[in-house]
Amino acid sequence: MRRLLWPSVVLALFVAYPLLFSTPFQQRLGALVLLYAIAASAWNIVGGYAGQVSVGHVVFFGCGAYAAMGAYAHFGLSPLVGIPAGIVVSVAISAVIGVPTLRLSGHYFSMATIAVAELVRLIVTNTDYLGAAVGLSGPTVPRNVFDLSFISALPYYYLFLSLLLVTLGITWWMANSRMGFYLRAIRDSERAARSLGAPASRTKLYAFMLSAGLTSVAGALYAMMFGFVDPESGLGILISVKILIMAALGGAGLLFGPLVGAAILVPLEEISNNLLGGQGAGLTFVLYGAIIVLIARFQPGGVLTLINRIRAKRRKAPETAVAAGATHAP
Amino acid sequence: MSSILVQVIVGGLLLGAVYALFSSGLTLVWGMMNIVNFAHGDFVMLGMYVAFVVWTLFGAGPWLGAPLAALALATLGVVVYFGLIRDIMKGPMLAQILGTFGLALLLRYSVFWWFGANFLSLPGNIVGGTFDILGLRIEASRLLAGVVALLVTLGLHLLLTRTSLGSKMLAVAEDSTAAQLMGIRPDTMQAIAWAIAAGATGLAGALIATFFYIVPTVGETLGIVAFVTVSLGGFGSVPGALVAGLLIGVIESLSAYLIGAVYKDMVVYSLFLGFLWFRPQGLMGKT
Repeated sequence: MRRLLWPSVVLALFVAYPLLFSTPFQQRLGALVLLYAIAASAWNIVGGYAGQVSVGHVVFFGCGAYAAMGAYAHFGLSPLVGIPAGIVVSVAISAVIGVPTLRLSGHYFSMATIAVAELVRLIVTNTDYLGAAVGLSGPTVPRNVFDLSFISALPYYYLFLSLLLVTLGITWWMANSRMGFYLRAIRDSERAARSLGAPASRTKLYAFMLSAGLTSVAGALYAMMFGFVDPESGLGILISVKILIMAALGGAGLLFGPLVGAAILVPLEEISNNLLGGQGAGLTFVLYGAIIVLIARFQPGGVLTLINRIRAKRRKAPETAVAAGATHAP
Repeated sequence: MSSILVQVIVGGLLLGAVYALFSSGLTLVWGMMNIVNFAHGDFVMLGMYVAFVVWTLFGAGPWLGAPLAALALATLGVVVYFGLIRDIMKGPMLAQILGTFGLALLLRYSVFWWFGANFLSLPGNIVGGTFDILGLRIEASRLLAGVVALLVTLGLHLLLTRTSLGSKMLAVAEDSTAAQLMGIRPDTMQAIAWAIAAGATGLAGALIATFFYIVPTVGETLGIVAFVTVSLGGFGSVPGALVAGLLIGVIESLSAYLIGAVYKDMVVYSLFLGFLWFRPQGLMGKT
């Protein structure tokens, strides 16, 4: 039971947050934290647990966003209908990229995913059907509740919270299944894992496909909240980078790492943009860059690892005192 | 062949020589330390801005800008090696990728913050106008950039293969513990490698700046060009980078001429993915 204590307290705080902080800015901020937490948790499956650092996740994010907006713009359907389509396309793309590149070692995978992301962005920017450089818009006036077009951020907040729970649930289930054990073994040493019979390529591919599907859901939700998608907001490489940094800052390969990272970085970005205005965009990313360099240099495990280490040290201290006193130990 | 096609190919070769120069920087560090510098394209970008600043402050062309860019970037390379690379080299893969990626963002957006997102360029006649050679019209800036880049790339190759410094660096690349036992300091050699690699990259940036647009995000595109060149030429191979750089310059120019300028990047990226798929060790790399 004690294991569930902290997660329940945190969950209660998340449920209560929009009631305690009820200005539009605060509610919108909360919704954005949850949205990025979904995307970063999805990235975490392949980037954290499997140790394959994808810098191209924006492709899947964009697939979801374009599918949701496309369903409305081309067929007059609810953007919700686009979600499954986005998932299918994302998973297909991830398989096409994954089969050749997951054979390669880490750096190649990262480079290949960057190239795919840029290629997709260039193709979409030159495709009129997808709105080219202008992008696609969602419903300006909601026809019914299924258009998911709300003025207040509150409905989005609870929608994102429930989807974050689903994402974390899937991640938890995966991490504790056979697949999770395979992935961690592969991350630590692929050669050793293979020699013990772990199907490395297949497991990495499954993780990549699962991660791609979940990321596309995050993209679809993002487009619904903002009501449009264009190549910059849906396929810009900086979105990949943000997702990756949030997961790494919180703690890659830890269940709650991405949530912690999003809860730190999203408010930081929103507040610095608000304070600094147009100039802020540049400075925010300078700050982002500095944070990543510092994590990589001093704390590659992320903030959660640091906290866990401090807690372990504090717990260990009294134990050793007891052990020193207990001379009659068996 | 029509004369326009020859002109396009010559232009591609001259641009390709510059690609080869900055890709040599990437391949040197990669081959020696097995670390990929994701900030490499931004090193090129910094070289371009150094050339731009030198021109605005002193009104001087690449005669002054290129050596200063090489010097500035070589210094940066040493700082980056001791401040970041030396520590993340031993760390997990995630830390290596994140570290240089963070550096890329830091450099790119510091420049963005300082200079803004506007497209800048050096005056078209900074090196000299356009002239005719054997019936081809060639811009002096492109000719200068191509020829200097070619010579420096060849010089790098000679440095690595014909001098004692080069042998020491290759020894460290081969087995740093064994090299240390022979009295070579791996740390010093790796710092020198970073200085040479970053310096060559800065020089390439200053050369390309004489005819290329200058914008903080230019490193993104040029960084991918360097990845393509290195993966095509084989990791750690300077001659490979030279051949691949020239080839990519020509392919880019030809596709811009034959299909349209919008598609030239798409062709190069697709080529890269195709290579990663079918021949990850590159054209001239070892298996």
